[in-house]
Amino acid sequence: MEYFDTLIVILQSTVRVSVPLILAALAGLYSERSGIFDIGLEGKMLAAAFAGGAAAAVTGSALIGLAAAIFVSVCLALVHGFASITQRGNQIVSGVAINFIALGATVILGQAWFRQGGRTPQLTGDARFTTVELPFAAEVADVPILGPIYSNLLSGHFVLTYVAFLLVPFTWWVLYRTRFGLRLRAVGENPGAVDTAGISVPWLRYRAVICCGILCGIAGAYLSMAMTAGFVKGMTAGKGFIALAALIFAKWKPINVMFACLLFGFLDAMSIRMQGNPLPLIGEVPVQFMQALPYILTVILLAGFIGKAVPPRAGGVPYVKER
Amino acid sequence: MSVPYAKLPAWVDYGLIPLINLAVAFLVAGLVVLAVGESPLRAASLLIEGAFGYGEGIGFTLYYATNFIFTGLAVAVAFHCGLFNIGGEGQAYVAGLGVALPCLWFDAYLPWYVIFPIAILGSAMVGAAWALIPGWLQARRGSHVVITTIMFNFIASSLMVYVLVDVLKPAGSMAPQTRTFAENGQLPRLDWLMSWFGLDIGGAPFNLSFLLALVAAFLVWVLIWRTKLGYEIRTMGFSPKAARYAGVSESRIIIITMMLSGALAGMMALNPIMGDQHSMQLDFVGGAGFVGIAVALMGRSHPVGIVPAGILFGMLYQGGAEISFEMPQISRDMITIIQGLVILFAGALENMFRPAITAFFATMTTARAGKTLPAGE
Repeated sequence: MEYFDTLIVILQSTVRVSVPLILAALAGLYSERSGIFDIGLEGKMLAAAFAGGAAAAVTGSALIGLAAAIFVSVCLALVHGFASITQRGNQIVSGVAINFIALGATVILGQAWFRQGGRTPQLTGDARFTTVELPFAAEVADVPILGPIYSNLLSGHFVLTYVAFLLVPFTWWVLYRTRFGLRLRAVGENPGAVDTAGISVPWLRYRAVICCGILCGIAGAYLSMAMTAGFVKGMTAGKGFIALAALIFAKWKPINVMFACLLFGFLDAMSIRMQGNPLPLIGEVPVQFMQALPYILTVILLAGFIGKAVPPRAGGVPYVKER
Repeated sequence: MSVPYAKLPAWVDYGLIPLINLAVAFLVAGLVVLAVGESPLRAASLLIEGAFGYGEGIGFTLYYATNFIFTGLAVAVAFHCGLFNIGGEGQAYVAGLGVALPCLWFDAYLPWYVIFPIAILGSAMVGAAWALIPGWLQARRGSHVVITTIMFNFIASSLMVYVLVDVLKPAGSMAPQTRTFAENGQLPRLDWLMSWFGLDIGGAPFNLSFLLALVAAFLVWVLIWRTKLGYEIRTMGFSPKAARYAGVSESRIIIITMMLSGALAGMMALNPIMGDQHSMQLDFVGGAGFVGIAVALMGRSHPVGIVPAGILFGMLYQGGAEISFEMPQISRDMITIIQGLVILFAGALENMFRPAITAFFATMTTARAGKTLPAGE
């Protein structure tokens, strides 16, 4: 029973840390499936977290904070879109630029507006997202096995958590069951064919980039307004890159993305848990190894040692309409 | 939009357009300063004053510039092969081992001028080895070098935390860093060089590795433009297909280029470890690997451009530290914004103003032709 309780606690924190990963990885999925590589997920998420934390602190409303987060993230996504779609610039370079601009601007503006060393004020009351108790969570808590699973693992999360997990099947539906999704996948594989069919490649890619911005915005809002109560300097701490790794690990497929993010989240939760606690059979594993494991796994996968990760064929290549 | 860009005079292509892009980047940065409620002009004058106004400032500027020249060269060499090495940060971090270990082992026995070459070799080899894996994976397994180098940055950071905290930290010490090297593990400062110009660098850690950076810049120029290997690298970057037809081994060139790039990034570790801190500390690279991207883009991947671009960023680092005394609103993070804007405007949006400039030059030419035409009739 003791092991079971520990497991529930670890899984619960797994869910908590996976949510921003899932949102950001799905964001990257829309963009990359349309042929726009995006390593600026980190920056968009950071800027959104700051905008959300700042707007919620000023207005006292979590929803306005969420809207501000999405707005800022979409703006940055459009900058990336402008550079890589209209100007046909290097998408990697543009993504790197957005990461730096977000990293610097959040601190400078935060310091100028709130004077708390790059933090935003603590969010209280309505300014922060609250957790939701599912019906009967308290009543069934005492039922063995199923009770803790329902009331501790499934219930008691933020609305955004449920949104993130619902977005996974939704993204699958959009991608594989709608006309937009078909065209989105096509434009990432063979933009020439989409163009021949009379569909605008730039407009389609812009829409994909906007979807990416919206999801990164939600991810950022979750970080600063749900997971913690306020923005802290550099709070994404590489989550955008872990999400990118998860996206590759999932081979650019929505359902796989969820599992990859849960796996990476689980590793994260374990590394916190294991600090100083030796594992049975293996002995004590350095925390740093656990922290590096998502990246190591992604490199091994990319190298084709466990299956093959094939990126969208037109990814990273600007589309030039032939004359 | 799909018309290829018209040919422009070389001075416009290599001089005017980069300058316009840079000017726009600084203009936008000025707007950020304005938004924060300070005067951009005063900030600029404080910046230049802090970086070049006195000997110690110049010393610090050149100290920072040393880091950026190395990492800028690293990114540039990879660019010539069409590879984007974002891993300079990780390569430099791990290469710190190649510097710190010889210093720790030999600083009681050997003089600095023997340790220095060992450390140069050590840092270059460790940096090259850390870049070899992504290079090999790109060449042989087709995994994208951008993604693998990003992953390797994080792996490097975890590895080095482990090494510093659990292995190299002296017993009984709390700070995660190696012991301080004896005098033999320290590079001589270049105060004599500056005193020729009548400057006193004071406490600035401006040291011998600056000269090494200049030598490296020259060697990179020789390598890329004056050797067979450099020609192959450029051919590969320009057109992999043409290189393959010419019988150039693709995977060999990719692996060699990545190792060269990693070696250059790795040598950056000499400057802070042997030149300044005289010990290896946590996160001693401090983002210099990423600044290298901006420096390489700004310098158009040519050593002649990279050295001034490195000094410009050194100026931003040093001057930025000075500004924050006078204007507490503007911390060093301002440089991160400028860095991002430079990467955006000089890199991703480098052709944004080209159509307008081309049109301008076209009207200039027709206007001139129009003037001479009536005379001819």
